[in-house]
Amino acid sequence: MIETQDLSKQFHDFMAVDGVNLTVGAGKILALLGQNGAGKTTTVRMLTAILHPSRGSARVAGYDVAKNGHAVRAEVGALTEHHGLYMRMTALEYMDFFGRIYNLSPALRKSRIDNLLEYFGLAEAAKRRIGEYSKGMRQKLALARAMIHEPSVLLLDEPTSAMDPESARLVRDEIARLKSAQRAIMLCSHNLSEVEALADQVAIIYRGKILIQGGLDEVKTQALGSPKYIVQFASAWDAAGLELPQGMELLEKTPTSLKVKTDAPQQTNPELIRRLAALSAPTLALQEEKQTLEQAYLQTMAAARGIEYAQ
Amino acid sequence: MLNKLRLVWIVAQREMRDQFRDWRVLAPMIILTLAFPFLMDQFAKQTVNFLNQYDANLILDRLAPFSIMIIGFFPITVSLVVALESFVGEKERGTIEPLLTAPFDDWQLYFGKLFVGAATPLIASYLSIGLYLLLVRRQDLAMPSPFVMMQLLLLTGAHAVLMVSAAIVISVQSTSVKAANLLASFIVIPVAILMQSEAAMLFWGDDKMLWLAVVGVLVIAALLIRLGIAHFEREYLLGREIDSLNFKWMLKTFWQKFVGGANSVGAWYRLSVGAALRRVAPSVVIMLFVAAFSVWFSYDWVQTNLSRTLSRATPAQLEEVEETVNELSNFSSLGGKFSASYLFLNNTRAVAVISALGAVSFGVLGVLFYMLNVGLIGGVYAVWKLLNVSSLFVFFDGRFAARNF
Repeated sequence: MIETQDLSKQFHDFMAVDGVNLTVGAGKILALLGQNGAGKTTTVRMLTAILHPSRGSARVAGYDVAKNGHAVRAEVGALTEHHGLYMRMTALEYMDFFGRIYNLSPALRKSRIDNLLEYFGLAEAAKRRIGEYSKGMRQKLALARAMIHEPSVLLLDEPTSAMDPESARLVRDEIARLKSAQRAIMLCSHNLSEVEALADQVAIIYRGKILIQGGLDEVKTQALGSPKYIVQFASAWDAAGLELPQGMELLEKTPTSLKVKTDAPQQTNPELIRRLAALSAPTLALQEEKQTLEQAYLQTMAAARGIEYAQ
Repeated sequence: MLNKLRLVWIVAQREMRDQFRDWRVLAPMIILTLAFPFLMDQFAKQTVNFLNQYDANLILDRLAPFSIMIIGFFPITVSLVVALESFVGEKERGTIEPLLTAPFDDWQLYFGKLFVGAATPLIASYLSIGLYLLLVRRQDLAMPSPFVMMQLLLLTGAHAVLMVSAAIVISVQSTSVKAANLLASFIVIPVAILMQSEAAMLFWGDDKMLWLAVVGVLVIAALLIRLGIAHFEREYLLGREIDSLNFKWMLKTFWQKFVGGANSVGAWYRLSVGAALRRVAPSVVIMLFVAAFSVWFSYDWVQTNLSRTLSRATPAQLEEVEETVNELSNFSSLGGKFSASYLFLNNTRAVAVISALGAVSFGVLGVLFYMLNVGLIGGVYAVWKLLNVSSLFVFFDGRFAARNF
């Protein structure tokens, strides 16, 4: 549904996006992460056929963005950086305006507008001017607008940034529903816990280049190395006599815990448990140290800048 | 096509709704529409009283059309605000981006906004004119004929389109309403001068003269629309690099485009010159047609008019003409005056002047000046022909044989 090859955009001497290769299939969510100015918005603008690529190509919903811009725009629903709401219009008028642009019949328009406004909790405020809306309400309306034509591809820039937890949950549920309805979704977000909850794939972009991409676990492993495990003891225990299984490396030792690293936990962990039992160690738990996407992101960014990542 | 126009109409409807909800647009439009006819009516009364003391009938005859032109113009000035707000305002507030992600063609968005920018102030302007006509009927003033009235209404419409299309050109170049308002003086000042020349035409010309103004304004408006559409591109609208002047980049880009990847003069001729000529081929063809037309036109004009003049000339005058032509066409007598370097520099100067004039007038003055230059050839040939001199001979030989006389 979204496929880019060497996608690049140059403004004057500045390379905003440089050789980006991405693929997002139907029913998948790709999260594009990066600092402000890293090239996320430029990438989204190329995928909505607003900007012409300087090099490379992109196909969205089967159409080439450079050659079939009109068709691409008809198939894409975009929540842009600026929500672009007309403050003197009511939500109903605004949604109707976009519904007409997408050539929806009056009956279909009405049912979709009613459903979307109802879902996002805006039905009661539908006849109020958008200028009177709160920030979160505006964001929900912008998102509803992006969905009015039931696009096969959604490009969402910070979909929940201004929302209260309840509204953010609503939006996440809707994104998950769209994913199960076989939509291809690209999500640009700084909310990494949200990305972990929603995304199938992650790509981290820095100064226009993709530094790292893949599935969530893949990205974490690429950025943070092998999974780490912590053995906790019920009381202080001297681990001097313990020999770690082959392929396991000791990272940290305290009287009540051990921290180890392993590339093959399926083989090494059961063996470690056996050896601890043989030594009558007061083992309380063996658990994986949680590696978050945030850690992976910060580690990747630190490496890109050539500085050490302080956890 | 109807479906494409449907999108233009959808944009226009939204713009119109927005306009009628914005008191900053509505208030001046209503005040200008309703107040100025009364003011102008009072002004006309005072003027009539004053001019009647001096029997200034010419001015009295033209006072009503002049007032109509001025009254029609005031509400139109709002179109400038509407257009700037509609384009730069959307850019500044970021509301343009969702529109740009929608399945519009650039021209549909452009015309939707152009239509409303011009139409609403124009309706206000016509209402204002109507009100003034009702008021002025009570006075002892010569009312304009329906023909002149039509010209004035057309002229008012042309002014509206001109101002909105110019405002759009400015809007595309600006990223804030503030910057656009500053640049708007480039519209207001020329339009003020234009109004003065139209007023002069109205007072001192005949009724037909106004057609020149109508056509002139419409031509400039059409060129501005063309320019606006060319620049009204999604990519350009979202670009912010126009905020800063990057001389280094400008020079680099110029050099890259000029050299075109060539590494020697020969390669430059092969790569760049041919490609450049291919790019400008349609323009070259058009200019060749323009040149041919100019030569034919001046040849025909001289043939028709000069023969009439010569037939009335006395033998002494004819002799004088022959002498002048003889001198002009005998290149050898000019000696080093017309050296190759002189001709080259003269042609270079002409090209420079044509380019400079074209650059500040959307090409119009450049083409007119070019027509004047090239047209001379036809005129000179016509003179030779009238005096039985072989122009072909002069053309090939470069000199005139005195024995032909």
